[in-house]
Amino acid sequence: MSASGRRPNVLGAAGAFLWLGIIIVPIYYIVITSLRRQEGYFTDNQLLPPLNPTLESYGKVLESGFLLYFSNSVIVTVASVAVTVIVSLMAAFVIVRSNRWTAKASFSLLLMGLAIPLQATIVPLFYMISKAGLYDSLWAIILPSIGFAIPVTVLILVNFVRDIPRELFDSMRVDGSGQWRILWSLVAPLARPAIVTVAVYDALTVWNAFLFALVLTQSPENRVLPLSLWTFQGEFNVNVPGIMAAVVLSTIPILVLYVLGRRQLVSGMTAGFSK
Amino acid sequence: MTLLTRAEPTVAERRSGPPTPASRGLARDEPSSLLLIPALLIFAVFVVAPLGVALYLSFTRWDAISDPTWTGLENWVRILGSENFSNGLILSVKVVVISWLVQTPISLLLGVFMAGTQKYRAVLAALFFLPIILSSAAVALAFKSILDPNFGLGASLGIPGLQQDWLGDPDLIFAVVIFIIAWQFVPFHSLLYQAGVRQIPKSLFEAAELDGASRLQTFAHVTWPQIRNTVVTSSTIMLVGSLTYFDVIFVLTGGVPGFGIRILPVDMYLTGFAANDMGGASVLAMVLVLLGLLIALGITSFSGFGKMNSQQEGL
Repeated sequence: MSASGRRPNVLGAAGAFLWLGIIIVPIYYIVITSLRRQEGYFTDNQLLPPLNPTLESYGKVLESGFLLYFSNSVIVTVASVAVTVIVSLMAAFVIVRSNRWTAKASFSLLLMGLAIPLQATIVPLFYMISKAGLYDSLWAIILPSIGFAIPVTVLILVNFVRDIPRELFDSMRVDGSGQWRILWSLVAPLARPAIVTVAVYDALTVWNAFLFALVLTQSPENRVLPLSLWTFQGEFNVNVPGIMAAVVLSTIPILVLYVLGRRQLVSGMTAGFSK
Repeated sequence: MTLLTRAEPTVAERRSGPPTPASRGLARDEPSSLLLIPALLIFAVFVVAPLGVALYLSFTRWDAISDPTWTGLENWVRILGSENFSNGLILSVKVVVISWLVQTPISLLLGVFMAGTQKYRAVLAALFFLPIILSSAAVALAFKSILDPNFGLGASLGIPGLQQDWLGDPDLIFAVVIFIIAWQFVPFHSLLYQAGVRQIPKSLFEAAELDGASRLQTFAHVTWPQIRNTVVTSSTIMLVGSLTYFDVIFVLTGGVPGFGIRILPVDMYLTGFAANDMGGASVLAMVLVLLGLLIALGITSFSGFGKMNSQQEGL
């Protein structure tokens, strides 16, 4: 409807502002509640900002092992995303440039992986991870997270690597470059926007993942942020401002990433999925 | 190698025979399949192999502590005949269908609107995206305290209509979960539609306007036919996604979901990790995999990933 901006889309505008309200109210609630004092919490009007805002809940969360869980989440996310992007770029390079049946069959197999529900693997993964002696370690979260991130990452990267002009590969070949050199100095730089997109997308998914951590780890030393929200809820019990402060703190890093990479994330996600 | 065959090499020999300078160049141009191995290996071990292990475990009794013992079809008969299973299956289908029916029109409306060029629409789009960055655990905790009948928003504002047992009543919690899923995922799908609408050539809209088409006519005859592929893509992601909803339900109900929201993945988790019946949970896992593949296959034969695939190959 971009060309018909002269005629107002009344239905669309009404729907958009209604939905904006639906989205903003809970987010507003999270932020202002995190600034409330615990004592007045039940008697305040919860939609009004607190009269005497305080950061004491944030202090309590930070004292409750938040920094440890935070660094665990950073380790899990960085390791998973780095490995996923590297192995997926290698695979996408072969899938686009090779005519062998192995490349085509591998791509079909990976695409099928998009339909496998992650939830369905938690029982066997629990068995396998326990047998391998990896239960209750960060590896237990990292390895399956990479496995489930690979299909969508390969799909999006393949879409972009396909757009690299054939002539560029030909001229590299004439220069006598090997496959690693072509991958490193042609494919990687040209696919950079796509790499940033999938990296942000994968990071978002891994950072927020709950189930692997719930099933495959146990001790506080190996706790990641989404699981810590769940345990904070148990420890803090009725301390709602404390829980909301934990929610805000756990979201800040991904919010920063989002603000920095929003344009690329949005355009890349939609291009990757709808191409 | 005889002179004769060298004069007329078969296809196989041409491939495996001594490389000519030209074919050597080609071989170097085509990257080695070895580069596929790391991705395939990790995928095979942590995504494919678990399916086989789940199949094996579904024929055993295993309490997660001792070793599994073979029991044949016992788990399958017991689980598939149980009331929890039929209840979970029906609820899962209901969640999939209703959440599709709720999310698609909203996403479509918002996507078409956001495709406009006015500045404030870009601001709206940025705000719409916010729920995507929150984890399901965070979203569930927020709604849990907002909807609390005694200490939540409804009680605080003194509005009786909002002051219901949202999370205890089986019908209400079903509606609440549908709403929260929509809250989280409508933004992503409306972005898909926004991108879909923006790909439509402007000339089509201009022609429609010159012909004096109403807004509804323009939508029916220009926008809708042009975004059909987007509808399929969005629906695929939506259907497979809502089948496996777990995190929100688990956190929202404090880890003890009632019968009213015990969809299959929830039933599987409780069977395995709360009742220590890993064999039974594996049966439910196999059913989930089957349902996921069925939905994907159904949409693929309809168009879906098959079309996506062929579009890529056409490039």
